[in-house]
Amino acid sequence: MQPPITQLEGSDSNQFRRGLKLISRSLKLRPFSHAIAITGACLFSIAAVVLTRVLGYATDDVIIPNLDNNSLDKRDLWLAFTLIIAVGLARGLGAFLRRYFLAGARYGTELYWRRQLFNQYLDLPMSFHRKKSPGELLAHADNDMMIASLALMPLAFTIGTFFLTIVALVNLFLIHPAIALIALVLFPLLAAMNKSYSQRVVAPASSVQEAVGNTSSLVHESFDGILVVKSLGRGDQEVERLRESAEKIRKHRISVGRLRAIFEPAIYALPNLGVIALLMIGTWLIDKGSLTIGELVSAIALFGILAFPVRIAGIFFEELPRSVVALDRIDEVLNLESSQHQHQGTKAISSEPSTLRIENVEARYDDQLILNNISFSVESGEVVALVGPTGVGKSTIADLVGSLQQPTSGNIYLSNTLLNDIKPSDRTKTLTIAFQESFLFADTVKENILLGRQFTDRELQEAIEIAQANDFISHLPDGLDTQLGERGVTLSGGQRQRVTLARALIGNPQIIFLDDSTSSVDPVIEKRILDGLRTRKNISLVIVAHRLSTIKLADRVIFLNNGVIEGTGSHQELMRLEAYASLAKAYEKAGVDS
Amino acid sequence: MSQSRHSRRNTRGEISFQKSEAASLSEGENEEKTGALVVLRRGLQVSPELRTGAGLTVLMALIVASGSLAIPVLIQQILDQGLRGEDGLRSNFIYISCAIAFFIVSFVIFAQRATYNRLVRVAETTILELRVRVFRHLHRLSLADHQESRKGILTARVTSDIETLSQFAQWGAIAWIVDSVIIVGTLTVMAIYSWQLTLVVIAIYLPIIPILKAIQQQQFLKYREVREAVSETLGQASEAVTAAPVIRSYGYQSSIRSKLEMANQNQYRRQIKAHKFFALLAPVMDTFSALSIAGVIVAGSYLGPDMGLTSGEMIAFVFLTTILIAPIWELGEVLDQTQTALAGWWKILSVLDVPIEVHEPESGEKLRPGAVEIEASNINFRYRTGSQILSDVSIRIPAGTNVAVVGETGSGKTTFVKLLARIADPTNGQITINGVPIHEIDAESRHTSIQMVPQDGFLFDQTIRENVAFGKPDASKEEIQTAFQSLGLTDWLNKLPEGMDTQTGSRGERISVGERQLVALARAQLANPGLLILDEATSAVDPETEVALVSALERLSQGRTTISVAHRLSTAEKADLIIVFDQGKIVETGTHQELSTQNGIYADLHNTWMGNTQTI
Repeated sequence: MQPPITQLEGSDSNQFRRGLKLISRSLKLRPFSHAIAITGACLFSIAAVVLTRVLGYATDDVIIPNLDNNSLDKRDLWLAFTLIIAVGLARGLGAFLRRYFLAGARYGTELYWRRQLFNQYLDLPMSFHRKKSPGELLAHADNDMMIASLALMPLAFTIGTFFLTIVALVNLFLIHPAIALIALVLFPLLAAMNKSYSQRVVAPASSVQEAVGNTSSLVHESFDGILVVKSLGRGDQEVERLRESAEKIRKHRISVGRLRAIFEPAIYALPNLGVIALLMIGTWLIDKGSLTIGELVSAIALFGILAFPVRIAGIFFEELPRSVVALDRIDEVLNLESSQHQHQGTKAISSEPSTLRIENVEARYDDQLILNNISFSVESGEVVALVGPTGVGKSTIADLVGSLQQPTSGNIYLSNTLLNDIKPSDRTKTLTIAFQESFLFADTVKENILLGRQFTDRELQEAIEIAQANDFISHLPDGLDTQLGERGVTLSGGQRQRVTLARALIGNPQIIFLDDSTSSVDPVIEKRILDGLRTRKNISLVIVAHRLSTIKLADRVIFLNNGVIEGTGSHQELMRLEAYASLAKAYEKAGVDS
Repeated sequence: MSQSRHSRRNTRGEISFQKSEAASLSEGENEEKTGALVVLRRGLQVSPELRTGAGLTVLMALIVASGSLAIPVLIQQILDQGLRGEDGLRSNFIYISCAIAFFIVSFVIFAQRATYNRLVRVAETTILELRVRVFRHLHRLSLADHQESRKGILTARVTSDIETLSQFAQWGAIAWIVDSVIIVGTLTVMAIYSWQLTLVVIAIYLPIIPILKAIQQQQFLKYREVREAVSETLGQASEAVTAAPVIRSYGYQSSIRSKLEMANQNQYRRQIKAHKFFALLAPVMDTFSALSIAGVIVAGSYLGPDMGLTSGEMIAFVFLTTILIAPIWELGEVLDQTQTALAGWWKILSVLDVPIEVHEPESGEKLRPGAVEIEASNINFRYRTGSQILSDVSIRIPAGTNVAVVGETGSGKTTFVKLLARIADPTNGQITINGVPIHEIDAESRHTSIQMVPQDGFLFDQTIRENVAFGKPDASKEEIQTAFQSLGLTDWLNKLPEGMDTQTGSRGERISVGERQLVALARAQLANPGLLILDEATSAVDPETEVALVSALERLSQGRTTISVAHRLSTAEKADLIIVFDQGKIVETGTHQELSTQNGIYADLHNTWMGNTQTI
């Protein structure tokens, strides 16, 4: 009887091979921890079998002589006592080693995989992040990781119990071949029942998961729409909707329960039935003199410890496919080639004055053409507004000039040098981008502006002043050293944008790309910011704008529509274009945001 | 067989332990301490389903326990009576007693099946009813309780908290019932063989209670630290992911990388530390198990001969001792899960204690069709736990008036219109519709006559048709078509990929904000209301939809009283009456002409707005 093998035949062998690969990867990462855990599991197995033999010894040499014949040898008694304690401790030690070092192996493997994953998140090109939702990427580091590493938990256990099975069987043979025969009939039967149970429970168990997920999104939706539900008085109908959905959970859970009710009692009762058979045959053998009562006691106890490897193996194989799939999801990210290995520019550029030139650039997103043959240039000291309907590719231009995305064709030059050839540190010094979403790190205000770069206090102060952030920062509890984020101060939308602006304009970059980065700032303050920026010598601004007041501040407006530049000129000139005029009207209507 | 129970539970404990660790990751709140009995009493009171046939359940658990106890008794009988009777082997006795044992064990299989089925059914029915009850209660709560900040907590009560409870019902609760019966049953059989030895066993096991408690406590604390570390790591990772463009374009990778590494390492260390206590349980249990067996053998050897203990009884006693360890171990392992489940249960039950504030009248007055007249006199509103939102607001709105409500964010303008739709009741003061106090109006009639179109035009993840019919489920396809038609939206509708059957996606995300409002307007049109309350969309709507929206709105407001929360002052310019809110009070009322010359708040707002949209 070899339960793991029996189980193996039933499961998809490809799945199994990939599961083994998963395990071998962890073995390579943490050989030491795994080895100790496996040793612990084997120690546990040996001790468990030895304990049954000690019980047999105690029966024959202590209990029976003492109670039946009134002849107690105290040396035998205390030997039995010491052996039971010692073997019990050894068994406990084995279990401890297995549990503790398995945790080391598992979490150590997670640590390594998670580190690799995080490196990928930092090094992969921006296009990767544009395709994946943050939630999905976080799930890889959290839930997927947990499920993937779950497959490592029963490894030592399975090896240990496999070992146990062999040792126990050998012992049963040594006690009496007839007894071993009962085990050989019984335990494959047990394995078959387990397998059948595991297979049948898969479908209803995943139905439960699905029903739970559906109910959860129903509740989310229902509470999100509470205003609509309440104003239309649809509460009772929503309750009915929930009942229907939750009823499905109940139904599927009851089917899982029914399977459990069919199999579990039988699986647990089977060894007991074996013991009854053992007693019948055993007493006959004892009567014939070929078995002692102690050996019978040992055999009964051995039947007990043989019953559970089957269950473990079952759990091991139940979890394996899920783990393999979870690791697949993680590997999908790990196997992507990161930009660290990609070409990085080395050329230095003179710091001033700088120009930006975009030549015949085409950009695609998932094969969808976003920018089609775009060419324009920004001269030193010029203010250019990029205008166009939502989704026209204005932010794509920001990504392109920030080297966050590569054009599918065409070239971008910074100060007449091909953007890709420029040393990254020189590029970020010359050209900065203030993004549409003002992302702040859970760090101090100061660090949020500096982002690890070295600037003098004067430069910092100047940037804050131009960004019109001085006022509110000085009112923060710790000024520039105030912690932001979850455990710190929460800033308003306009304040956030001003911090990110200061981040972009510190250190006198020559070209600043403002990707709708003043949308939450009051128009009056926005004008002050732009006026302040213009006092800098030779500074060029590219502004993605949705407000007429902003657009009017530009020297030149570039109007993007349907992926091409439909017009360039002053706002007045462009008003002659119908598409531009209707867009401008919509902006006017939008007026003051609340 | 004793070993089998022991080990099975050991394994199951390990697996369920993994699960509870996973489940607790989503639990951010501190568990409050409430006595288990208090929770149980309140729980039984709320869920009568749990009480039905509790006696039967215990009886069945007793039968299940007898399955475990049959084998040691059989061993004793065979050893003492069968094997060494007066005349040697008594085959018939052995066959008969084995047959009886076989019958008991087989019977227990079916009894246990029935018990499981019963327990699962009771538990799941209870959980279903509890979920529905709490959900219904939450829906009846006032809007104040549905503030944005609390939405997550409310949702958790009917989702993850209930799931935790359900997980507990599947393992922990069953373990408590079956294990306690096994422990009591085993001790009883032991006492029948020898009460002296039973006392020895109990004395050896007693210290396990404080030890288990201490380990549990440490485990609880360490796992809380693990949860904190995990959320710290995820927080850092979330920054690395959401700030990807910033990190790249400012060359901030190395700094973030070291932060991530620190969080990652910290998480690892804490996980290992926490696991140490879990690992420690094994040697503790094994030590007690070995001590009790060894102790029984020693005590039996010294006391046995004088007590007339037979060797069969002694051997049976040893097996019974090994049976005892498994349920104790399992109870030790489900203790933590039990605490979490009880705390979760209490949190769920506590929701039912939040009072419902808006009560609908038994037989209210019906509103007649057509535009309604509204009067608010001295209304105040404050959240139960919060600050004053509206103070002393009085206004009379004649039937058919087109009203614009303006004011800064937080001025109370949105709360004011919500009170008019009776989504909450004023703390004091009175609102009358057509002269009838709002709380005396029949709910059904009010829901039809007063239609509110929220800012984001919230849609359910269904088709457009279903979303329009949300307020009137029996509406025919033609009626819905007519609603769109009368708003001049047929063209727009036909342009959609699947027309009226287009899926709107979660929260209506598949269509634009402006389009969501169009659907919401159609929903309102279908009800033919006397009062239309509109919360304008704040974000820019694309020009084409804007045109459709404006004209649909104009048609919809004809012949009705319309109140718009205006975010664009162009709406206010056209209104018959402008109500200006500031810090919870009405500070100005009048037409655009009157107010723009007054140098008040409205004039200020209007000037800023003009400054932003000056002549083109």
